[in-house]
Parts: sequence; structure tokens; C-alpha cells
Amino acid sequence: MQYIPNILFVIVLVAGIGYFTKNIRKVIRNIRLGKDVDRSDNKGERFKNMAMIAMGQSKMIRRPIAGILHIVVYLGFIIINIEVLEIIIDGIFGTHRIFAFLGGFYDFLIASFEILALLVFVGVVLFWTRRNVIKLKRFWNPEMKGWPKNDGNLILYFEMVLMALFLVMNAADLQLQELGADHYIKAGSYPVSQFISPLFDGMSEGSLFLIERGAWWLHILGILVFLNYLYFSKHLHILLAFPNTYYGDLKPQGQLDNLEAVTNEVMLMMDPSADPFAAPADDQQEGEPEKFGASDVMDLNWAQLLNAYTCTECGRCTSECPANQTGKKLSPRKIMMDTRDRLKEVGDNIDKNGSFVDDGKQLLNDYITPEELWACTSCNACVEACPVSISPLSIIIDMRRYLVMEESAAPTDLNNMMSNIENNGAPWPFNQMDRLNWSNE
Amino acid sequence: MSETVKVPTMAEYMAEGKKPEVLFWVGCAGSFDDRAKKITKAFVKLLHSANVDFAVLGAEESCTGDPAKRSGNEFLFQMQAVTNIEVMNAYEIKKVVTACPHCFNTLKNEYPALGGDYEVMHHTQFLKSLLDEGRLTVEGGKFKGKRITFHDPCYLGRANNVYEAPRDLLKKLEVELIEMKRCKRNGLCCGAGGAQMFKEPEPGNKDVNIERTEDALETKPDIIAAGCPFCNTMMTDGVKNKEKEDSIEVLDVAELIANAQDL
Repeated sequence: MQYIPNILFVIVLVAGIGYFTKNIRKVIRNIRLGKDVDRSDNKGERFKNMAMIAMGQSKMIRRPIAGILHIVVYLGFIIINIEVLEIIIDGIFGTHRIFAFLGGFYDFLIASFEILALLVFVGVVLFWTRRNVIKLKRFWNPEMKGWPKNDGNLILYFEMVLMALFLVMNAADLQLQELGADHYIKAGSYPVSQFISPLFDGMSEGSLFLIERGAWWLHILGILVFLNYLYFSKHLHILLAFPNTYYGDLKPQGQLDNLEAVTNEVMLMMDPSADPFAAPADDQQEGEPEKFGASDVMDLNWAQLLNAYTCTECGRCTSECPANQTGKKLSPRKIMMDTRDRLKEVGDNIDKNGSFVDDGKQLLNDYITPEELWACTSCNACVEACPVSISPLSIIIDMRRYLVMEESAAPTDLNNMMSNIENNGAPWPFNQMDRLNWSNE
Repeated sequence: MSETVKVPTMAEYMAEGKKPEVLFWVGCAGSFDDRAKKITKAFVKLLHSANVDFAVLGAEESCTGDPAKRSGNEFLFQMQAVTNIEVMNAYEIKKVVTACPHCFNTLKNEYPALGGDYEVMHHTQFLKSLLDEGRLTVEGGKFKGKRITFHDPCYLGRANNVYEAPRDLLKKLEVELIEMKRCKRNGLCCGAGGAQMFKEPEPGNKDVNIERTEDALETKPDIIAAGCPFCNTMMTDGVKNKEKEDSIEVLDVAELIANAQDL
């Protein structure tokens, strides 16, 4: 009978980690639905970017208030996880504060966790205030209605509760230590929970034990639930920020990729010795011609899909976007959210049917409208603003490519501009032979 | 602006069996837009005054394809690129300078993969290098002490991380350089990029160039300096919209330097 808590703990732990693993495999599978793109180059620079941008939070602090609060929560999250390691070992083996043998260093660790827990709690309350009381504009854009708003708040509540449970657990533990209760060895230093502890003054050992164990169990259960919540939430960024900054685009921001399929055709057109009626070489498959641009998530590359899963909807991109600032429908954040939502929908479709079955929907029109796409000035403000190296612009351009090259659906003005370039080599209807007239005007 | 400036073409150089130090890529705006032509002329005057051996492609130049590419027409872009690259490679061009950040970005970043590898400079970078080499003198002249704010072109700044060259040149003019609240990597677009120049904006509550002009007006400038023909148009329209065209000029960095010296 005495092993029941241990067995329960192991079952809960395995179930929690197992379900999370299952879902993460789905995320990876979904990302792999994207087209191939080579991001295996420049490993050194990529590691540096990951170290600076994800670990070092270098782009977060460009907005100092949110940046500093975020660093507090981020550090708290990472460092307090050492405590989770102790909880897991204690849970499996039925020990209590297994790391207590570290002595003075253990006191230091617990004290640090407590201070961080308090700071995280305060930080999260301030985050909540920014969203719900100060109502920062970027958290109230149209795409933030409903689930995205609730998701953002739910994450904050989770963190508040987890930090509170951790401190309550320690406060009760401290009382039990002082009562000399069985199992509760004197260990740790409690700079924060010593002020919570007096709330439990005069309680019986049994009640204190219930509080301590209750908080302990709820804390670890909360962590496991939170872990599994990630998959359903924008909060996946705590994991994906690292690969996303590693695999980020290293080219200058102004450089768009040149579509290889187009290059092949253009080179063929320009090659005077090419035989347009030649049979394809044996090694060339004559399949369906490649689609130009993107109308659905499968047409994007895996790095763009990873971008979509990484987006945590902070809205810095949208708040910097000139189109959005001047009331246009375009919101770079919505581009990323739509891409992710459609990708999840496609993933669910695959789960249900074994492989993707046409659902009559696509990213274009059903999620992202041409009006949004045509409002972009390609100024890269969104790319510059993103704290985790996401490029909404690359998706916008790929979707414009589909609209123009597959659907011939550019706005009339742009069609005129393009036919001018075709006919006379300039976006305006001037004769190419007059290009030097300015020199003697 | 009826005055003839001497502008040699690559074809003329070829006929004489010579090669210029640098190709001046004029661009469509610089060739055809009345406002931008003034920038082109100012830059040519500076090239002459620094004794730079340059040539243009003239009628052999064609749109780089930038607005087509940003509109999504990769075919048209690559057709333009491949054609231009053929011309430039035939002349064995090594170095290109242009006064248009869009041409600059496309030539510099998107042509190499298609076979067009050149050293590409924006005209502010090129002028800065002439200044550093002592070939060009930049003096305050009539702009000395004026309040000037510089609007970063997206395709020069964020797109290619060139922020200092235009500012270094402006400082040499002994002007009072005042930064807008959004500048350098945080600079706001003028609204023309991504082929917006050639179309009506989508419905909204404001035009981007008005928003940006308001940023500029906050600095109470005498002059708004630009480094891009399209930004120049957008900011000029913005200033007109605010009925400030009598008190605020929008000038390219090259024009400022040339005008300061009454070239």
C-alpha cells in the first residue's frame, strides 16, 4: 500500500509525457508537410543566432518593459525546472527533497527558486495587466478575438497558479520542518514562503501534511497539464523558438528567393538551341507541372510552417506594419496564425483519413484574403520586429506568386505595370529607346 | 531643367575599346520620372566633379524586375534579370552604382544566383567612398545649419543594413541632422514598396505616406532627405497633402550635395 503514491506518480508522469510526445510528433509531421528548403548551411552563424536571439533574448529587449518582464519569466521557467527534476525523483522513489544533501548549496538553490517564483508571479500579473487592464492595442486586434485572447490569459493563469502552489508547498513544508514531522528534514532556505508560512500557524501536522502534499501534487500535475497544453496553444514558442531561430533565413532581408522551377523555364526560353518539342530526357519525370507559389500550407516550405507553429501571437509584427497602422486588413500576425490554423486543420484531416483528403478548403481565400496580401509594402518591418526570426513576408510573397502566376489575379494596376515591363522594360509606358533622354532635357 | 549633361554609354566605351570604372544603373524612375530625373542629373554632376569614369547602359538598360518580383510575377522578374545580366556580362561589368534602393537590392541580392555577380553600391555608399578617397568634397554651402531629417528607404536600410552612408554625407553638409522617432531599423515605410507605387492602396483609414510624413514633420525639418526616388515621390506628396510644400523641401542626398556646391 505504501507504494501507491509512487505508482500513481509514475503512471501520471508516463501518461503526461507520452501524450505530449505523441502530439509533438504530430507537430513535426505537419511541419514536414512543407516543401524542402536547404537550411543546413552556416551552422556557426545559425548557432550564434539561436544563442543570441532565443537564449539571449536579444530581440525581446528591443521593447524594454515587455523584454525585461519576459526575461524574468523565461529565466524563472528554466531555473525552476531544476526543482521539477527533484520533484520527479522524489515522486518516483518516494523520497523527500532528495537534493537536500547538497547542504548550503541546496539552501541557495531553494532560495533562488523562491525569489524567481515570486518574480515570475509578479511578471505574469503585469503581463495580465498589460493585456486586460491597460489593453495594449496589439492584444486587441481583430485576430485576437475569442480563443487567441483566452489562450493568452489561460497561460498567464497557469503560471500564476503553478508559482503560487510552489510557494504554498514550501510554506507548509517549512512549518512541518519546524514541527519536526517525520520525513520533513530541515533543509532549504525560504526567503519568500517564510512570509506565507505564518498563515498556517497553529495547524495540526495532519492539515499541514495535506496542504503540503496537495500543493506538491497539484504543482506537478499542473506542470504536466501545462506541458500538454502547449500543443493546443500559441505557447509552443517556448520550445520552437530555439529551432526556429536556428533555421531562420540568413539572407539579407531584402533578398527574395528565385524560384528554381521558373529559372529552368526562363533558361530554356532564352536558350536558342533548345528544342521546344524535344521529348523529356529519360531521367526527367513528366508529371504534373510544378505549382508556382502557394495557395495552401503544403505549398509553403517547412521553415515557413515551423515559423507558423513558433508564433506566440505577441503582435510586434502587426504593430510595426505600415499597412496595419493605416487601417488596412493586413496583419502579419494573422498571416502566421492562419497558416498555423490551416496546418492544424490539414493535420487533423490526415489523422482522421490516413492521408490528406481534399476538404474543399485552402489557405488562400478561406483564411487569407487577396486584399490582405496586396496591402503589403514588403518593407520587412514585421520581419525585423519578430523576436524569434519569423518571416510573415515570405508567405505573403509566395501567396502573391500563386495569385499572379497561377490565377492571373493581380490588381488591374499591377497588371498594367507588368505589361509595361514586358513591352517596354519599365513599369510605365515609356519607350525603352528614350531611356537616356533625360541627359539632354 | 533644360541643360545637357554629358553621359557616356557603355556602347560608346566599347566602341573606343575602353571600360569605365563603374556602371551607373539609372533605373526606370531615374530615367523617366520627372522628379527622379533631377536626382539622376545631380548624381551625374557629382560623378563628373569627382572625375569618376562612368557609363550608363542607356537604351540597353531595362527594368530590373523588382516590382514584378514583389508582385509575385517571378517569370517576368527572371526574364528581365536574365536579359539585363546578358547585357551586363557582355560588357564585363564589375561594379554598379545606382540611386534606386530597389534596383540596388535586386542587382545586389537577386541577380547573383541568375549569373549576374557584380559589386553593387547605392549612390550614397559610392559618394561616401569618393569622399573617403578624397575625390569628392562635401561642404555645407547653402544648407549649413538647416534642420534635416533622413527617411530610411526600406530597401537600403532594413533590407541591406545600410544606415550610415547617407547620414555621414549629410553630416558633412554641416546640417542639423534630426532623427525621426522611427528611424534606421525601425524606420516606417513610405508606402511605395512591394509594387504599391503602381497601384491604389487597399481600403484603410490613412495613406502610409501621410503617416510617414507626420513622423518627418514632428522633427520640424527644413528639408526631408531621401535616398530613393519612390520615397521621394511619396514624401513629396505627403508634404503637399499637409500644405507644407512652401516651407519644406524633399531632396535626395545627391541633390543636397550637388546643390550645396551649386553644381
